[in-house]
Amino acid sequence: MSDIWRTTSLVEGGVTEGGAGSAAATLRASVLEKTDAAERAVFAPQDCGAWPADMRAALAARIARLNGQEQVAKRYEARQQGQDYASLADPASDGGERGLAEVLAFMDKVARSPKDIASDDIAALKAAGTTDADIVRLCELNAFLAYQLRLVAGLKLMTGPPE
Amino acid sequence: MTDEVLHKFTRTVPHWRPRVKPVDLKEATEAQLAALQVTPSNTKVSDYVLVLAHDVESLAVRSPLFNAIMYDEGGLSRAERELGALGASIVNRCIYCAAVHAARHAQLESSTDVTDALFAKGAEADLSPRDRAIFDFARKLSASPPKADASDMTALRDAGLDETEILDLILSTALFGWANRLMHVLGDPVRRSDAA
Repeated sequence: MSDIWRTTSLVEGGVTEGGAGSAAATLRASVLEKTDAAERAVFAPQDCGAWPADMRAALAARIARLNGQEQVAKRYEARQQGQDYASLADPASDGGERGLAEVLAFMDKVARSPKDIASDDIAALKAAGTTDADIVRLCELNAFLAYQLRLVAGLKLMTGPPE
Repeated sequence: MTDEVLHKFTRTVPHWRPRVKPVDLKEATEAQLAALQVTPSNTKVSDYVLVLAHDVESLAVRSPLFNAIMYDEGGLSRAERELGALGASIVNRCIYCAAVHAARHAQLESSTDVTDALFAKGAEADLSPRDRAIFDFARKLSASPPKADASDMTALRDAGLDETEILDLILSTALFGWANRLMHVLGDPVRRSDAA
């Protein structure tokens, strides 16, 4: 069993043991442990496919920034072991210099405007040489982040000052 | 015979047509079979789950998490968790998810009143004060970046939600930020012309 008080979601959401929201978090400890397991599965899976852990951390930081969550971005970014992908964490980078323009365009659109995704977006990834399995891996990373960033945003409202 | 891709919300659950090739069960690895929970007596797996099996480590941890958030005892009622899921699915225009979770909401409430109103009028639907606070929070939390603020949290508390109910709403809404980005991105909701 992981220590839920040290998980990304509770730390970034401002929930501390005995503090605001802690009784609810304790009741939902199983959900928070499973959330932590899901985080490990997208950041550092045994089979990364075409997307190494450092790239995943940089993309995660980028998506946190697109969601206005700089503090979470810094936490994700700090997981990189090297600097190979560090520039991707800046939403202004288009990934072109690393041959990742299609991947970044796709990730940004899924993060910001999933309602506008159409079959052409998947076709563009395939045309750029991305395999089906690697497309699913990108979606799972992006989708998990949508979840965690909204969980953090919600917890901050729950634990933060009233209006 | 062509399939019609749906772009409007519907109550009738569509067929889901994948945009990438699902994993072929005959070629699945041990880890994939385990995550798919395929046994000699259970060999029926949806295309959606077979697509997700491409990332087996995520699939294996996601299903238990999904079930815990939507079905664990206590806290927010199951119908109200479905309302959180619906708020996200409407913002993200996941036609398939919206159909499934509108159906669950209607079944749990033995009424289609709320989901009829949401499909007809969206954010302007006429809802009870409690449903209004829940739906507005879900809709705003689902925006990218999230738009929910302290006044939305106050509205939840004023509507009578306690701390655990609020956490459950955050979780069910956030979970569909995840589910929508798989279902709506990796496939098309279609109506099959042969209606089989």
